[in-house]
Amino acid sequence: MRSAVVLFPGSNRDHDMVKALHSVTGVEPTVVWHQDASLPDVDLIVLPGGFSYGDYLRCGAIAARSPAMLDVAKKAKAGVRVLGVCNGFQILTEAGLLPGALMRNAHLRFVCKEVKLEVTNNDTDFTRAYAKGQVIRCPVAHHDGNYFADPETLARLEGEGRVAFRYAEGTNPNGSINDIAGILNEEGNVLGMMPHPENLIEALHGGLDGRGLFESVATSLAA
Amino acid sequence: MFQNDIEITPDLISRHGLKPDEYDRILQLIGRKPTLTELGIFSAMWNEHCSYKSSKKWLKTLPTKGDKVIIGPGENAGVIDIGDGDVAIFKMESHNHPSYIEPYQGATTGVGGILRDVFTMGARPIAAMNSLSFGEPDHPKTRHLVAGVVAGVGGYGNSFGVPTVGGEVRFHARYNGNCLVNAFALGIARRDGIFLSEAKGVGLPVVYLGAKTGRDGVGGATMASAEFDDTIEEKRPTVQVGDPFTEKRLLEACLELMKTGAVVAIQDMGAAGLTCSAVEMGAKGNLGIRLDLDRVPQREEDMTPYEMMLSESQERMLMVLEPSKEKEAEAVFRKWELDFAVCGETTDDLRFRIIWQGKEVADLPIKELGDEAPEYDRPWVEPRKAAPLPDDAIPAVNDVGAALVRLMGAPDQASRAWVYEQYDCLVQGNSAQIPGGDAGVVRVEGTGKALAMSADVTPRYCDADPFEGGKQAVAESWRNVTAVGGDPIALTDNLNFGNPEKPEAMGQFVRALQGIADACRALNFPIVSGNVSLYNETNGEGILPSPTIVGVGLLPDVTKMATIAFKADGDEVFLVGGHGSHLGQSVYLRDLHGREEGAPPPVDLALEKKNGDFVRGLIASGRVSTCHDLSDGGLGVALAEMAMAGQRGVRVELGGLDPHVAVFAEDQARYLIAVRPAESAAILADAAKAGVKVERVGTVGGDAVDFGPAGKAPIADIKAAFDGWFPAFMGGKA
Repeated sequence: MRSAVVLFPGSNRDHDMVKALHSVTGVEPTVVWHQDASLPDVDLIVLPGGFSYGDYLRCGAIAARSPAMLDVAKKAKAGVRVLGVCNGFQILTEAGLLPGALMRNAHLRFVCKEVKLEVTNNDTDFTRAYAKGQVIRCPVAHHDGNYFADPETLARLEGEGRVAFRYAEGTNPNGSINDIAGILNEEGNVLGMMPHPENLIEALHGGLDGRGLFESVATSLAA
Repeated sequence: MFQNDIEITPDLISRHGLKPDEYDRILQLIGRKPTLTELGIFSAMWNEHCSYKSSKKWLKTLPTKGDKVIIGPGENAGVIDIGDGDVAIFKMESHNHPSYIEPYQGATTGVGGILRDVFTMGARPIAAMNSLSFGEPDHPKTRHLVAGVVAGVGGYGNSFGVPTVGGEVRFHARYNGNCLVNAFALGIARRDGIFLSEAKGVGLPVVYLGAKTGRDGVGGATMASAEFDDTIEEKRPTVQVGDPFTEKRLLEACLELMKTGAVVAIQDMGAAGLTCSAVEMGAKGNLGIRLDLDRVPQREEDMTPYEMMLSESQERMLMVLEPSKEKEAEAVFRKWELDFAVCGETTDDLRFRIIWQGKEVADLPIKELGDEAPEYDRPWVEPRKAAPLPDDAIPAVNDVGAALVRLMGAPDQASRAWVYEQYDCLVQGNSAQIPGGDAGVVRVEGTGKALAMSADVTPRYCDADPFEGGKQAVAESWRNVTAVGGDPIALTDNLNFGNPEKPEAMGQFVRALQGIADACRALNFPIVSGNVSLYNETNGEGILPSPTIVGVGLLPDVTKMATIAFKADGDEVFLVGGHGSHLGQSVYLRDLHGREEGAPPPVDLALEKKNGDFVRGLIASGRVSTCHDLSDGGLGVALAEMAMAGQRGVRVELGGLDPHVAVFAEDQARYLIAVRPAESAAILADAAKAGVKVERVGTVGGDAVDFGPAGKAPIADIKAAFDGWFPAFMGGKA
């Protein structure tokens, strides 16, 4: 599986993501600078976590207007799988590739801790390796992860099975509506999520629960 | 209109923090009256914060050499050898005064400054820690300071992308008027990729890098070299403003730049900004520096040379450039959208010349600015020591279980999760042990080895006996590194004390340093970097003497790391070092009986070394993976923490000992280990051979820390008390 990680000024989990992709797929991803107007031909594009442009203005708002994002939008439309984690999720909503918004955490503080995630829909290219309803461990680390969407959008997300992950067992760390932790676009090829599966992929991390997400993408490509 | 040649009045001199005799020294040195800009430069270089004038004499007595020390104190940070051509570069620095005035920005720029110290030497920061001391919980300013400082520490480190893997937070009335914010950072570089500040070569361009210069922080270092009084609110403009986004870009740009071969010398702009960094580079390299301020990137209009030379705007660097690489170097900075401006050159005249609007506004001898700074042998007296408590002066409790629960919910023992959950402890993907254990542990990328680090000091011990307290701070840090399986290599210190012009406070400083030096020598644990923060006093009252130590050690194989969590029912629990009896200055006496009394536990350094080496050997051999050092609250608190972390209890057997003494004594040089029953006999035999006292204290199992007839502390109750206090306090309920 060929993948690319887009690097914005202020990204800081790009390296974690590169390591995770390499560890699971065996192939080193290409790192693409945000000023590059065209991305290489890959199977998966990842927008990593961090604080692009320092979270100034609104999280992800400035990065969403970078030249690389125009090509990400084009490729997403053509069916290329796109994953946005944390700041990447914020960028995807700001770019209009995913609906809704990520507001400041309800308690107004940054939060870094492990939470539980329910795999709400396992019939997606990103979650196939998990069982439906399976509860996995996953860390979060963000200040603005409080997902919100208007009732109509929310009804569609829920009705169309586009909620991929939900915070489980009372571990919602940020006040997200319906405990939403990750959502898909209509076509199912774009996933945005606040938690960091790339930080739970080897024994040193104390668990391997995050690997399933990357394995899912690799498997769905092989199929 | 800026007037450089104004009358230098005694009032002006005093407002620059210079004493009359210090001003006379300036007159002698330059043979004329200084200009206003020059006076500013002297005040920046000669304040306590930058010149170490009160502490230098004593700092020279600290042990700083060792097999693994590559660079000791004097550079931006210390450098140690961690094998395979890798080095670890680390330092701790205080931002106490600014954090009390403006907690968020004060803390943020403290973190930013220490990160810069590390990456200016060519290292990518891979771990951060901090040590925070606040006033008593019910003091009206405490919540505000805790909220602001913690958000500030997180706000900078999280955005920059360095994991904060540990630290400490304490409360005490003696910090009511001065909080302590000590920030530590550690980075990794290759041994042949270390960059220094010493300029080399005449006529080379001096380049300004990073963010633009504004008026923020003008005079900050001078402010940090004085006591506070009731006019503290007026000092707010001396606090700098941090921008972690720029620092992250500066990091990436600097590391990229260093690979090009363009960097001859590099120095970050910290305290006293442009002044300190330029003088440092020139003086170290025996060269003069000429700066043209009109070429310095400026954020504000109409800045005077005085303001520019004293600004402490953040995220800036100064470097001496290899001229043939200028284009390449500039391209890197343009890519990261940062300023890159040639603003001066190195000269052979050993002068520090400042040009502004075509005029020379300062012309000073560069070496003397640093070397001839005043150095004081401050008078000191033997500090008052608390008398030891007779054994019968210490009350018992009926139920040590209930007492333990209360202790676990007291402000200094309660969980710090409210704090450390605001710090990203996972970014970079190498964190092997995050806050909550004995030490933070971070893997060295691409290897199986890891670095362990722990921030420690017990200020109430230091206050009761500065010498023993100094020893204890070093010993505890060494012990914590040992308890995770690390081989302690070296340490950095952050010496926070009161007003050195008071003989009693100076005595605390002197005696604490002697204790630190003794412990460093006995444990073969040299000091490679550090920082001194004096004048932590408000309206005449000083802080508890607080020499914070961060020890760093190496785990050759991270898979053998020990943690505090009990791992299996039936494991036997042993107390290495044996039972204790010392309750003077204990948290038992303070938090349960309201008495801060007695002498602190003495530290037997030979015993410390023997017991620690034994424990480390057990961990390295793979026979022990559960270990916890004993410190505040002794055996009881350690058992409670191990039980909570492992979610399994322990049945404790105290034999015929006085329960409250055995459970809460704070004797030093002790560890708890849990081992599989099949291993016990062999471990006991090894201990006997090594002459290490080991006593069996119980068996893992059940859902409580169960002291039998002496009482029982259910894990659920411990956890409720432990987890509950901090959120309730910050929510205004405790």
